[in-house]
Amino acid sequence: MPILIPEVPPPARRRLLGALLVAGAWPGATLAQFRVEISGVGATQLPIAVPRFREEDKTGQSLAGIVRADLERSGTFRIVDSTGDVDETSRPDYPQWRRRGADALVGGSAARLADGRFDVRYKLWDVVKGSDLGGQAIAVVSNDLRLAAHRIADAVYEKLTGDKGVFSTRIAYVTKVANRYTLRITDADGEGGQVALNSTQPIISPAWSPDGRSLAYVSFESGKAVVWSQDVGSGNRRAIANFTGSNSAPAWSPDGSTLAVTLSRDGGSQIYLMDREGGNVRRITNSSAIDTEPVFTADGKSIYFVSDRGGSPQIYRVASNGGPADRVTFNGNYNISPALSPDGRTLAYVNRNGSEFKVMTMDIAGGSVQPVSDTADDESPSFAPNGKLIIYATRAQGRDVLMTTTLDGRIRTRLLSSGVDVREPVWGPFGR
Amino acid sequence: MNTLRITLMAAAVAAAVLAAGCSSPVKLNDGAPVTDAKPTPVGPGSGAGGAQGSGTSQSGVTTVDLSKSQGADASKLGRVVYFDFDSYVVRDEFRPLIDGYAKVLTTAKAKKMVVEGHTDERGGREYNLALGQRRAEAVAKSLALLGVGNGQVEAVSFGEERPANEGHDESAWAKNRRAELKDR
Repeated sequence: MPILIPEVPPPARRRLLGALLVAGAWPGATLAQFRVEISGVGATQLPIAVPRFREEDKTGQSLAGIVRADLERSGTFRIVDSTGDVDETSRPDYPQWRRRGADALVGGSAARLADGRFDVRYKLWDVVKGSDLGGQAIAVVSNDLRLAAHRIADAVYEKLTGDKGVFSTRIAYVTKVANRYTLRITDADGEGGQVALNSTQPIISPAWSPDGRSLAYVSFESGKAVVWSQDVGSGNRRAIANFTGSNSAPAWSPDGSTLAVTLSRDGGSQIYLMDREGGNVRRITNSSAIDTEPVFTADGKSIYFVSDRGGSPQIYRVASNGGPADRVTFNGNYNISPALSPDGRTLAYVNRNGSEFKVMTMDIAGGSVQPVSDTADDESPSFAPNGKLIIYATRAQGRDVLMTTTLDGRIRTRLLSSGVDVREPVWGPFGR
Repeated sequence: MNTLRITLMAAAVAAAVLAAGCSSPVKLNDGAPVTDAKPTPVGPGSGAGGAQGSGTSQSGVTTVDLSKSQGADASKLGRVVYFDFDSYVVRDEFRPLIDGYAKVLTTAKAKKMVVEGHTDERGGREYNLALGQRRAEAVAKSLALLGVGNGQVEAVSFGEERPANEGHDESAWAKNRRAELKDR
């Protein structure tokens, strides 16, 4: 199963390989990972030490290792020498940690509770100021130990940057091996993968419900495109759009009550709304062109979508109860796959320039556009729920792979998985 | 009916010849199990290549059945309409094929077919799904103009998801920009 590893300058890389060798000793450890590629100079990275949590080997997980990898992958932190006996009850030797180059320090522990769960604790210190920045105790079942570590990384990230972390969120994507299609859900680091759906027929366009409990997607299992909705926890699923012709491109409204879909039931591909169970279908676009790939704005009042009504595919915006549409993209003659940042300020989409397909971002208020990728076969951008990262699919070394990038394109990670085509990524919401 | 059959067969043969003459690596569907067919000695008694083990039947014949895969391929190839890049116009060369199916469907009103639209791999999956839908609908519309009933043909799309040719060049893409007519 894929995981993320940083692809950074040599010293960090060596450190990471060391960590991987250790990782190989744990049960369930995997070999493919997300790598971080830091491009550009002058990125300020906060040096932090995260020594092994006391008693963490009894959990079967490297809790501190997960926290370290999360923080490093964000591009905002640099991991410094992290050897030492520190837990949440320690009084750290600040001068010593400063000599080792750390500005911040995390200590923690794990203990098995009487009911079989684990009590995971941590504390964060500001080494420069010599102050205690607080901590937390998290009680989890063994299946959620990785989640506990991701939550600690989230808390540390938020405390030190002011932005919410996305390490405990999940991503969904589709893999293809020979003629086997699998809809997978993993932690945001690419690890802890679980299978939501296996099929011999294509699966495309997964979309998380806002509460993170359901995935809508398009499956061709019945010989044509049908929109399904599946409860992730139970696996219960039902076809919610199965009309004559093709049914595709599901998108959830922010309150989770409504789905926008593309249907061809009345001829052509047009956008419709329906209740989350599939009832009360109403048409919201009315053109003789292709209208597809709807996405709701955060306030639910508008929908961005793709239409070739002007002769080439471009992104438009329409009120979510229908009406006239405004064109949003003007550069180039092929702009598709809109994704909106959670704050509504940034539009990510795919632009074709010659034979190159690139993820672009547009400042919606000002209209300025910039590329964020250095690849040429990009597809399916999706924002992390904190709006700081975009995940997208592209091709590298003849394979479909996944990338994450900061909005300025400076720090990227790549999901590596040998022999597997990985595509259709979508980042899940906060909270799980 | 006869002319129709001849037309369809001609189209099938022409397409098969085209496919056979093409150098690109067309993947055959579970081709005939040639490698499994052991050269079992055939014929009476102790022929030249005769008896090996005493337990081996001297008169056994292993059947190699090419007709299944060939039949399927031929009919499939005769049911494909190809499209130009970024186009959903049904080219004139496919008019006889469309006319043929229109005659079949208007004669047998209970018969139902599916038209599956496909695109090449370039571009977004959802947009390609819509482009494939447009191709399928163009074929379905051509049939409707020739009197085929509304409920007899469903136009659906697979977008770029089911390439006929897995290659990544123009010759592969040309084979993937297509609509396939299938019985239901």
